[in-house]
Amino acid sequence: MKLDRRGFIGAGVATAATLSAPMVMGASHGKPKVVIIGGGAGGATAARYIAKDSAGAIDVTLIEPTRTYYTCFFSNLYIGGFRDFASIGHSYGTLAAEYGINVVHDWAIDVDRDAKTVTLAGGSSVPYDSLVISPGIDFIDGAVPGWDISAQNAMPHAYKAGSQTQLLKAQIESMPSGGTYAMVAPPNPYRCPPGPYERVSMVAHLLTQINPTAKILIVDPKQKFSKQGLFEEGWDKHYGGMIDRIGPDFGGANVSVDPGAMEVSIDGEIEKVDVCNVIPAQKAGRIAEIAGVTEGNWAPVHAHDMRSKLDDSVYVLGDASAQGDMPKSGFSANSQAKVCAMAIRGALTGSSVFPAKFSNTCWSLIETNDGIKVGAAYEATDAKIAKTSGFVSQTGEDEALRKQTYEESVGWYAGISADMFG
Amino acid sequence: MVGDGAFNRTGPHLNDLFGRAAGSIEGFTYSDDMDRAANGGLVWDVENLEDFIENPKSLISRTKMRFKGIKDPVDRENLMAYLRLFSDNPANIPEAEPTMHARDPDVDPNILAIQGDPEYGAYLSGECVTCHQIGGGDDGIPSIIAWMPEDFVTALQAYKSGHRTHPVMHLVAQRLSNKEIAALAAYFAAVE
Repeated sequence: MKLDRRGFIGAGVATAATLSAPMVMGASHGKPKVVIIGGGAGGATAARYIAKDSAGAIDVTLIEPTRTYYTCFFSNLYIGGFRDFASIGHSYGTLAAEYGINVVHDWAIDVDRDAKTVTLAGGSSVPYDSLVISPGIDFIDGAVPGWDISAQNAMPHAYKAGSQTQLLKAQIESMPSGGTYAMVAPPNPYRCPPGPYERVSMVAHLLTQINPTAKILIVDPKQKFSKQGLFEEGWDKHYGGMIDRIGPDFGGANVSVDPGAMEVSIDGEIEKVDVCNVIPAQKAGRIAEIAGVTEGNWAPVHAHDMRSKLDDSVYVLGDASAQGDMPKSGFSANSQAKVCAMAIRGALTGSSVFPAKFSNTCWSLIETNDGIKVGAAYEATDAKIAKTSGFVSQTGEDEALRKQTYEESVGWYAGISADMFG
Repeated sequence: MVGDGAFNRTGPHLNDLFGRAAGSIEGFTYSDDMDRAANGGLVWDVENLEDFIENPKSLISRTKMRFKGIKDPVDRENLMAYLRLFSDNPANIPEAEPTMHARDPDVDPNILAIQGDPEYGAYLSGECVTCHQIGGGDDGIPSIIAWMPEDFVTALQAYKSGHRTHPVMHLVAQRLSNKEIAALAAYFAAVE
């Protein structure tokens, strides 16, 4: 079906060429229109920057189904008890009231790239001159045999923040004494590379207080993971003996689950567990695929402006994009959104376009006041967004530095939240 | 500013602070509340200075500073110990090792003289405000708004050269050109 769609669109472009002048006129009556699908770190930031910097010259519509957005970043800290749930929730009120963004709480269910319209679940159709798709991730069907989205209450993923995060925390809190929390970790590439391991740290922190004989089992298809030496050092120091990780050499890549029986099968060996946090393999949020801008699991984009390689009027931000070296993170999406916002304004209103600059830092919390970070700077090349230099926290750092790193992450959370939601 | 040749900038210079009558530096225009405190006879000593640094509002309800105070007693001690180096009459001031940067290296006057383009700075600032709150909040990460452009350039050049060692800031500053640093300084100086 996807191939059919592409074929159709290819033919459409040829037809459109002869009609291009009247079509452009039709789309551009009045102010240019930018429609943004997805109100997370990519979409909310892009909406805010386009609206703010164009000062009313561009009509901005943000389509996001939820009224309160819970950030994935810091949702692990909620599980650990370091943040309350309300503190990671954000509304779109300021974007609507102070920036004049038309915030539509609905699902985008289709994109007609020929007509340049987005169809909403509620039935209406929204026209655009430029479309930004920033839908985050979806899970690959069948990635973990035995698990599908209908099993997410028995075995939560908690990898999109919200009720899933609350459910996972509640399940951990009601584990029997000495019970087992298992995590099925995802293969690369996936959202937030250190995320699963920060989560394990936060679960260990919680269990140490309420259920100190409980066990944590990580089943991991990857040989190595982000900040591994730092996490393992911290786990030894703070949670000695609580955490076991089974990597691919011991069957970590050959996993299936039985949500009804609460069993995990690792290379044929059955483990009975009390909580099972399944984080499946990932792909671009479904609307990117429906729009026909994906190749394989992700949506390829040009590095200079995040423009889709398959459609000049479409931009893809954040986790859903295939851009090169940047990790899939909220920080990255926010960084990409600002470059994209500038490019879109330039294209639609002729405002200045400066060279793209990207950066990312990911903080993780291992235990109270024991924060670590990894970061890098990136530049746009013709081939991809390419890493230019980076840094990572070191093992054996003193406590004062780790505390400072944690406090920095709290400041960053306040900064990026304000940068997204105003 | 503090040290040899310090002069009044956003705030009055801080040489010979201990034992100084509040609001007494000539040529500096203090806030009304600071003037009131000065008229009331406030003289800076170890105790009231520490109270003031901990929470300026506890002593003077409104000053011209955008500064909420330093909660950590060790940080306060370090700051006082540092200021002590520049007072002839330090009385009873704790002798903790100062951990602040004594001073950033001087920046080439030609670099300081570059006129920043605030529009370019506004775009570049996107990278800064992911962490530094544009509203001026400073929990965990310092505020960078409304700095004197010269101070802003000096600090960023110190990160760029590696004299200041913070890894994120080094990474960010390393790839900023002198022109870009000037643009950021011009932009942030004007943020309300």
